[in-house]
Amino acid sequence: MVKGPLEYDYTVAKMFMFTTVVLGIVGMLIGVILAFQLAFPQINLLLGEGLAEYTNFSRLRPLHTDAVIFGFTLSGVFATWYYVGQRVLKVSMAESPLLMFLGKLHFWLYVATVAAAVISLFAGITTSKEYAEFEWPIDIAIVILWVVWGIGMFGLIGIRREKSLYISVWYYIATFLGVAMLYLFNNMEVPTMFATSAAGESGIGDWYHSVSMYAGTNDALVQWWYGHNAVAFGFTVPIVAMIYYFLPKESGQAIYSYKLSLLSFWGLMFVYLWAGGHHLLYSTVPDWMQTMASIFSVILILPSWGSAINMLLTMKGEWQQVAASPLIKFMVLGSTFYMFSTLEGPIQAIKSVNAIAHFTDWIVGHVHDGVLGWVGFMIMAALFHMAPRVFKRELYSKSLMAVQFWIQTLGVVLYFTSMWIAGITQGMMWRAHDEFGNLAYSFIDTVTVLHPYYAIRGIGGLLYLTGFLMFAYNIYKTMTSRPVEEHELQNASPMGA
Amino acid sequence: MFHWLEKHPFFFAVGVFIVISFAGLIEILPSFAQASRPVIGTAPYSTLELAGRHVYISNSCNACHSQLVRPFKSETDRYGHYSLSGEYAYDRPFLWGSKRTGPDLMRVGNYRTTDWHENHMKDPQSVVPGSVMPAYRWLFTNSSDIETAFAEQLTVEKHFGVPYNKEIPLKDGTTKVVKIGQSVAEAKALALEEAKVIAADMKDQDVKDAVARGEIPEIVALIAYMNSLK
Repeated sequence: MVKGPLEYDYTVAKMFMFTTVVLGIVGMLIGVILAFQLAFPQINLLLGEGLAEYTNFSRLRPLHTDAVIFGFTLSGVFATWYYVGQRVLKVSMAESPLLMFLGKLHFWLYVATVAAAVISLFAGITTSKEYAEFEWPIDIAIVILWVVWGIGMFGLIGIRREKSLYISVWYYIATFLGVAMLYLFNNMEVPTMFATSAAGESGIGDWYHSVSMYAGTNDALVQWWYGHNAVAFGFTVPIVAMIYYFLPKESGQAIYSYKLSLLSFWGLMFVYLWAGGHHLLYSTVPDWMQTMASIFSVILILPSWGSAINMLLTMKGEWQQVAASPLIKFMVLGSTFYMFSTLEGPIQAIKSVNAIAHFTDWIVGHVHDGVLGWVGFMIMAALFHMAPRVFKRELYSKSLMAVQFWIQTLGVVLYFTSMWIAGITQGMMWRAHDEFGNLAYSFIDTVTVLHPYYAIRGIGGLLYLTGFLMFAYNIYKTMTSRPVEEHELQNASPMGA
Repeated sequence: MFHWLEKHPFFFAVGVFIVISFAGLIEILPSFAQASRPVIGTAPYSTLELAGRHVYISNSCNACHSQLVRPFKSETDRYGHYSLSGEYAYDRPFLWGSKRTGPDLMRVGNYRTTDWHENHMKDPQSVVPGSVMPAYRWLFTNSSDIETAFAEQLTVEKHFGVPYNKEIPLKDGTTKVVKIGQSVAEAKALALEEAKVIAADMKDQDVKDAVARGEIPEIVALIAYMNSLK
């Protein structure tokens, strides 16, 4: 029998907090470079002509997306799981040497896989599929580390003291299952190393090369079923898991409605997967699928807003906390951006809107208001809340946190407003005809017109990165700041000046 | 029921899995039952074209260029006939892209020449003032990987029945045969034969010399691929 409050073991959580910060800086820095490359193409030669192959836009672009998805976000998901999991299940990692071992194994496999992925993408080894660029050896490593995480997760659930699974755990389980299913099916590929020529030669060409099991339209269908839902199960589901834990915990408020969380969870699970086809409107996939994707995208507003409203109403009667605590600010603005982004997405999925929006920067803007405003803010808030508890120290600076909040909010606003204007401008120019029925603009006209918006977007991104560096500094200084005296912290995180 | 599920993680996980796999089963499986069949005129990629496609992928050209013409007047005016599913029958992976920072390339072979690509890849701004595309000068010195392209041809021929060495019907009623090498040496010879045709239209002396020596710079393969997009 354990006497007194349970001492949780945050070793693995700390490890993943570290990669969250480091990979966040890497991913966002590359993003800022990319943004400025579009505004000022000479930046493609950042490190000179000799290294142009490795610093040009197209080679860096998958590094940016993968670094923020599988680096920053996924690290954040893992870090919070190894923190939240123990606490809501009322069991410590220290109680099971096996789970501790699996947790550490999970971390080191993750680090090794990230290293391999970075090297391969720099070298131009890619399958071309967005967010699934890795070739089969890395895919196998990813499957292994995912299974290790899963065993650890269900192991911890298996030895839990709290019999009822808290809402956050539902979402973590869904993250595990969803990504597993999507990743496996989208990466079905045949390695070419097994091919044998008529002359009997084998092992021809690069050993790591593979060819997709699906061709053309089918390949596109599977890819966007994956691509869209990688967003669902990477950027939505686990982030909702975080807010369901951290917002009530930090504010000391109970979740507004259990029924709303039930509706949102099961609704999200059912509806999300149908919506992938909205990336393929007016393409060659069957029309009924495009229509289904459009309709389900609009329906998706319900479960998305369900969660977000549940969060905002959790703050009912306690709104003074939003003014008082920058940490609460991050979470409240995060869920507001979540509502905003999940309304914008369905609008873009309406066929007639999509005709203008698709292939333009408006889509890029949509991704970023979701990711910067919702995912980024929520993960940083989670780490801010965790830091005093895992390091047993007060947060280094409240005022730095507040400044960071406003700088980043300004950054996000600059980002999405410039991309809206850029996207809609370009979409309208592409389709404009003159009075004789000829195209009104050549393609390059629709590129040069975007220059100011690309520059503003770059500045927005730079502001966000600056804020993230302030976050990293704040977390770093927290590790050496004043120890907290309370044995087990309740609610609001202690903060220095 | 939900309270019960929340106390039984295994059944909870099974429930979640059933709910999330629903859409995939209904949307994806039926379309696999009838995988896209090539339309008349769609031919498999030759060894050199496939090597060029690998250059295209490895440099993530698809990050900025789509290969999907949507059925709107503004798109068919600009890029040509809208895309048909069967035209992608041999595309593994598909390269539709999701962003048009640059123009669509689905039918670029219809209106750009070897010469145009050569100048453009060396210095895009000299051909299209105001372009934000970076130069791809390393393609002129790196050698393309014919062996990997050959291995891929063998793989798709064996596993997916891609018709190499068979007659492919063309739109004008004639047929053509896309050859596949019987050995690595023959595959390289076939690719070089094609490369010589491309290099003859190019100006860069180093590229011409390389092809004369029997090497194939990446740019030659890439142009062969671009010219095949029609």
